[in-house]
Amino acid sequence: MAGDIVEIVLRAVCVLAAFLVLPLLVGQTEHKVMAHMQGRLGPMEAGGFHGWAQLVADGIKFSQKEDIVPLAADKRVFRIAPALGIVSYLFALAVIPLGPHTVGADVPGSLVWVLAVGGIGTVGTLMAGWGSGNKYSLLGGLRTAAQLVSYELPLILACASFAIAAGSLSLVGIAHAWTPWWLLWQLPGALVFLVAATAELQRPPFDMPVADSELVMGPYTEYTGLRFALFLLAEYAGIVVMSLLLGVLYLGGWTGPFDHQIGWLWTLLKGAIFAVLIIWIRVAWPRLREDQLQRVAWLGLVPLALLQLAITAIGVVVTSR
Amino acid sequence: MPERELTVGVGAGGLATADMVLNIGPQHPATHGVLRLRITLDGERIKAAEPIVGYMHRGAEKLFEVRDYRQILVLANRHDWLSAFSSEIGAALIVERMLGMDVPERATWVRTLLAELNRVLNHLMFLGSYPLELGAITPIFYAFREREELQAVMEEVAGGRMHYMFGRIGGLRDDLPMGWTGRVREAIDAVRRRLPDLENMLVGNEILQARTRGVGILDPKTIAAYGVSGPIARASGVDVDLRRDQPYLAYDELFAPGGPGRVVTREAGDCLARLEVLLEQVHVSLELAQACLERIESLGPGPVNVKLPKVLKVPEGADYLATENPLGFNGYYLVSRGDKTPWRLKLRSASFNNVQVLSTLLPGTLLADMVAILGSMFFVVGDVDK
Amino acid sequence: MTKFLSGLAKGMATTARTMTTHAHTQQYPHVKPELPSRSRGVIALLEENCTSCMLCARECPDWCIYIDSHKETTPPTTEGGRARQHNVLDRFAIDFSLCMYCGICIEVCPFDALFWSPEFEYSTTDIRDLLQEKETLGQWMPTVPAPEPLVPELPQTEAQQLVVDVEPEDDPAAGRTTKRGAGEVPRPGTEEQP
Repeated sequence: MAGDIVEIVLRAVCVLAAFLVLPLLVGQTEHKVMAHMQGRLGPMEAGGFHGWAQLVADGIKFSQKEDIVPLAADKRVFRIAPALGIVSYLFALAVIPLGPHTVGADVPGSLVWVLAVGGIGTVGTLMAGWGSGNKYSLLGGLRTAAQLVSYELPLILACASFAIAAGSLSLVGIAHAWTPWWLLWQLPGALVFLVAATAELQRPPFDMPVADSELVMGPYTEYTGLRFALFLLAEYAGIVVMSLLLGVLYLGGWTGPFDHQIGWLWTLLKGAIFAVLIIWIRVAWPRLREDQLQRVAWLGLVPLALLQLAITAIGVVVTSR
Repeated sequence: MPERELTVGVGAGGLATADMVLNIGPQHPATHGVLRLRITLDGERIKAAEPIVGYMHRGAEKLFEVRDYRQILVLANRHDWLSAFSSEIGAALIVERMLGMDVPERATWVRTLLAELNRVLNHLMFLGSYPLELGAITPIFYAFREREELQAVMEEVAGGRMHYMFGRIGGLRDDLPMGWTGRVREAIDAVRRRLPDLENMLVGNEILQARTRGVGILDPKTIAAYGVSGPIARASGVDVDLRRDQPYLAYDELFAPGGPGRVVTREAGDCLARLEVLLEQVHVSLELAQACLERIESLGPGPVNVKLPKVLKVPEGADYLATENPLGFNGYYLVSRGDKTPWRLKLRSASFNNVQVLSTLLPGTLLADMVAILGSMFFVVGDVDK
Repeated sequence: MTKFLSGLAKGMATTARTMTTHAHTQQYPHVKPELPSRSRGVIALLEENCTSCMLCARECPDWCIYIDSHKETTPPTTEGGRARQHNVLDRFAIDFSLCMYCGICIEVCPFDALFWSPEFEYSTTDIRDLLQEKETLGQWMPTVPAPEPLVPELPQTEAQQLVVDVEPEDDPAAGRTTKRGAGEVPRPGTEEQP
């Protein structure tokens, strides 16, 4: 009994540590990759070696700032919103496996769990938009809501395809069932997942809820200090969760040479590929308009995801004979 | 992009909505400066838009009246800080014309060269900042890399990076530094070599096209009504360019048949056309600069200014002269009563007219289009507010 | 579909290619910029040359130069000679929070007391500290660059003729005439510049 509790605490601490470290790694990668793609160097001072401690320094700066709650804000909603945004990705990260046994909590329907809690994060943004008492925040919040509604569906359909192909709703089970020819078979689903995940994370080219040139900072306009930092952390934690998820679903997670010893490294590497891709897209492309985004979702992604479902179903039926 | 109308009905009376008034600016990331737009929104659709200008009014015209003609140049290059050289040359030209002063040929060609380099600098700025407003963060870094190349030669000759103060009544402040023309040539070559990087980010980009094609269409009639000029007017097929139509400096030769000068126009009149005009004008201006360089080198050394009297007085009279600044017509109406200061110096700045058209252009568009249209009007707030 | 994606792919390719090239960043303050000698960074004062004639203060478009002086009388050095009056500079200050860096003061100075220097690191945390007195202005004199070399093929203008007349022992290639523009008359005292 006591052993169980120690194990649970240990696992929770490990997940929390990963939750705090991985987003910072992604953030630093974004700083550096983006800078070099633009012919710059990026942060070079903080910490000495190529500015490795830049995000730590940013965190210290954020924690020193005054915590401002606008007079017109719905104060409780305003205060809770960042927490809601961040907790959902923490819960999601807990069930993503790095290896067959390296997982925070091995639950049977972990794919469903990830999708369920992942959507809650967006509610935090919506609350921030509504609670700030600011017109820009409100517009940004409503855009977020519209985006959530249209992108949750293709995301779930794409995930369903992976689940059908593997015959399992558990992420560990899906990764076990993975074979290299999924790379071709599940390609449309992976594309749908990537686009939908980018949209749900509000990353460019789908960042109209926070479009700085239109809505200042969208739902986050009125936030300062740690609460703002939490939203930022949530954004990068979201990239971590979505990249790892796609790495596990589409690239087979820990599957690779020497996967008994370094399986967890394979998962992280595969996740890193998608994280860099998401960063790269941000550097290379402009932003779509909100209605164009809806068009992409309903006229492009949903039919494509349905097509993928059909292909998967046929494939499963044919191969299970 | 065809507009789609969506009517939602709840109950008998439909959905009750209220308009929202949104102030874009005077402090807002999209207005790059202190332009304020008061927008009435129905959802995300703009019902009315009113540009409110004057937050940066510095009384330039009044200040001109208490400055002598040398000091006026200091102010003349400041209202549009991205077209400093073109503006200061305009002020010098009107004074010279009223004095009946002849400017040395070498000075005229150097002025033309610097004016064209200034045009490239200006356009590169907007080619970087406009995509930024559409959410593309990289082009501005590529644009600034090229700007830096040209800024370096401008700084070498004039000593300043924005407010060159290199033009003088009657010519230029100094002669060119030794070996400068060679370095300009290298800079132009470097910019030409790397410009494709910037173009790759913009030309043919599907998202950029989706955001700009068919958005904010300006028709020639509105352009005439509001006095819109420059690249914005030419993007709607209004074929007006003072460099060709009322040549000043050395432009009559450059825009003569067979010369390197040509006027860039587009027919569509949308945001994309305006961006395309800007991009192509960079190429044309680089060609013009190259032609100026060749001419300066073949002219050989010579004087670059004329000796001025201690007190410069413009004879009584009035005259108007407009130049084709990077953003459009920049005109000076000079009224002199024979004093060493002008009695009145009216400034007609390009951005002021170009921004006014927003009130007819914006209604009916979406909030996101507002940014696309606003950015494509290529204005400098200092030039609006004077 | 291929055509649809080509523009987006071009953007991805360009950014990736840029990543493999060297960055253009200059790591100021570790690497100081190389500024051309004409750079208008700050105005330096050579106090000995200043006669408090007030020309610069009057020509300044925004009147940011403050000059105080008083007259002193030097008693005659020879028997029966006349006493000479001359100005003594008490205060010379430039308010760089107002200065528009146009350089008119430097051009109008008839005694070459003012010079441009590319020095630019004099920002302050308080706007009032930008009012620089003559001691500080004098400290910038060592940063004033040497005169530019003369453009070799420039024909002898009237102005250069004057240089030769006034200072026959001076290097004929003394370049201040070109820096000032060929049409202006050079001033004596040029060689005092460090």
